[in-house]
Amino acid sequence: MSEKTIAGFCIDCNEQGYLTNPDQWNKEIGLAIAKEENIEMTDKHWEVIDYLREQCAQEVAITIRKVGKSGVVTIKEFYQLFPNGPLKTASKIAGIPKPVSCI
Amino acid sequence: MKQILILGAGTAGTMMSNHLRKSLPSDQWNITIIDHQEYHFYQPGYLFLPFGIYQPEQLKRTVAEFIPKGVELIQEKIHRIDKDSNTIVLQNKQNVKYDILVIATGCDIAPSEIEGMEGEQWHKSIFDFYTFNGAKNLRDKLKSWEGGKLVVHICEMPIKCPVAPLEFAFLSDSFFTNKKMRDKVDITYVTPMSGAFTKPVATKELDYLLKQKNINVVADFNIECVDTENHKIIDYGGKEVEYDLLVTVPTNMGDELIARSGFGDDLNYVPTDKETLQSKVKENIFVIGDATDLPASKAGSVAHFQAEILLKNILSFIKGKPLTEKFDGHSNCFIETGNDKALLIDFNYTQEPVKGTFPIPGIGPLKLLEETRMNHLGKLAFKWIYWNILIKGRPIPFVSNHMKIAGKDIQKAETV
Ligand SMILES: Cc1cc2nc3c(=O)[nH]c(=O)nc-3n(C[C@H](O)[C@H](O)[C@H](O)COP(=O)(O)OP(=O)(O)OC[C@H]3O[C@@H](n4cnc5c(N)ncnc54)[C@H](O)[C@@H]3O)c2cc1C
Repeated sequence: MSEKTIAGFCIDCNEQGYLTNPDQWNKEIGLAIAKEENIEMTDKHWEVIDYLREQCAQEVAITIRKVGKSGVVTIKEFYQLFPNGPLKTASKIAGIPKPVSCI
Repeated sequence: MKQILILGAGTAGTMMSNHLRKSLPSDQWNITIIDHQEYHFYQPGYLFLPFGIYQPEQLKRTVAEFIPKGVELIQEKIHRIDKDSNTIVLQNKQNVKYDILVIATGCDIAPSEIEGMEGEQWHKSIFDFYTFNGAKNLRDKLKSWEGGKLVVHICEMPIKCPVAPLEFAFLSDSFFTNKKMRDKVDITYVTPMSGAFTKPVATKELDYLLKQKNINVVADFNIECVDTENHKIIDYGGKEVEYDLLVTVPTNMGDELIARSGFGDDLNYVPTDKETLQSKVKENIFVIGDATDLPASKAGSVAHFQAEILLKNILSFIKGKPLTEKFDGHSNCFIETGNDKALLIDFNYTQEPVKGTFPIPGIGPLKLLEETRMNHLGKLAFKWIYWNILIKGRPIPFVSNHMKIAGKDIQKAETV
């Protein structure tokens, strides 16, 4: 666990830059992480981020299938918004943990 | 007389029938268990079957053999649950009433979820090893396969025994090395996750295995379809991986009876309280094993840890008391790494797998997160433990339902 300053806010994150406490997140932090990931945020991007944060708050395991069926975006659109590993990148911007397996 | 009904006589259902019959007076409680299958399969053995380490007949016993006296077994397919009238509708249209319901219908592969997977090449150049037939047909294929691109692949998470595909890749390396044809086989592991290992300590400790065994990894691969004509799997982002032999773990889903009953998530898993194992559907419905939507591993060992907790909570429920026993997500699993060695991991909802000794702190004899021969013997012994202790609902010596911290190298860990 380490600390990092993003957009002027001091946050706890893991070695790969994922926030470890979703409550420390705000939109400016999300925007700054998106910039690091070379993603230009649009309203559609934010809709996805809001959806992911809601699911995370309800302790639901997030999968690409869930996102595809969320009514927010299709899986194809999700890939267009966040190319190369969309779930990973979108989770990072949303300030929620990266989806993990048991090891 | 009151009625407890258990749906599914696999690992979890069989265990619960044994636990409940021992704890509930038979002059007050009828216990009935329903499963359409004639055989109970030792699913962890499917990993070894393709390599000829186990024979098919070693993995199969009748369901009835493990159902205790005093529990009625109905061998019929369950059509749906009518939760409002506390009734089960069987496929033969008969109804069974219950006071308390335990859902233990597990999960199964659903290859039809992926375009192109279940077509004419299914069990010809595309195989699963998550079913008895899949593992058996793959064994026959491997006997005569002359080599090429072997792709070991996970369609999407969650899957039961999430490490099994990685173990399959490791065992393939040993298998082809022993057959003196490793140079003719290119092994690629394709996963929708961010890597073969995703937790910090495991990644640090185990990444060497992939290099040592010359296994390529393609990560972040979310399959859209199989192009059987050109022998390729294609992901939503347009990435492609070629194969000659595709060993895939298709999407895992709960049984359709859950969807027909009007609850269940998009993969037919039953919404369940992650600590008490009471369903979120109705208070007299409980869920155990692979059928739940818990963020825990789907494994036989997990069902074992859940069983005693669920038993206590059901007993409290009957007495009208609060459900105080809490499941912590405890999971314990051996990981075969090939060459007669294995790793062991022990973790729960909040503690990631770390190094240490198991089950006796400081002594072992098993070592956590380290490749040893003893761990491999432990994995092989698991078959005996499964048939003789686990599904009979007996406690495993030294192993507790809640994860123990003692004997673990926790200071290095980061809680994730
Ligand atoms: C390849 C592989 C390797 C594995 N390795 C390990 C391991 O090393 N260690 C470990 O702990 N676990 C391992 N597992 C996982 C383990 O086998 C499962 O987690 C465990 O069996 C789950 O138990 P369950 O009772 O929830 O489901 P199951 O044992 O699958 O039982 C479900 C039962 O419900 C019945 N059923 C479903 N729908 C209906 C219906 N509509 N009507 C009537 N009956 C129905 C089925 O017939 C079945 O008998 C492995 C699994 C696989 C596939």
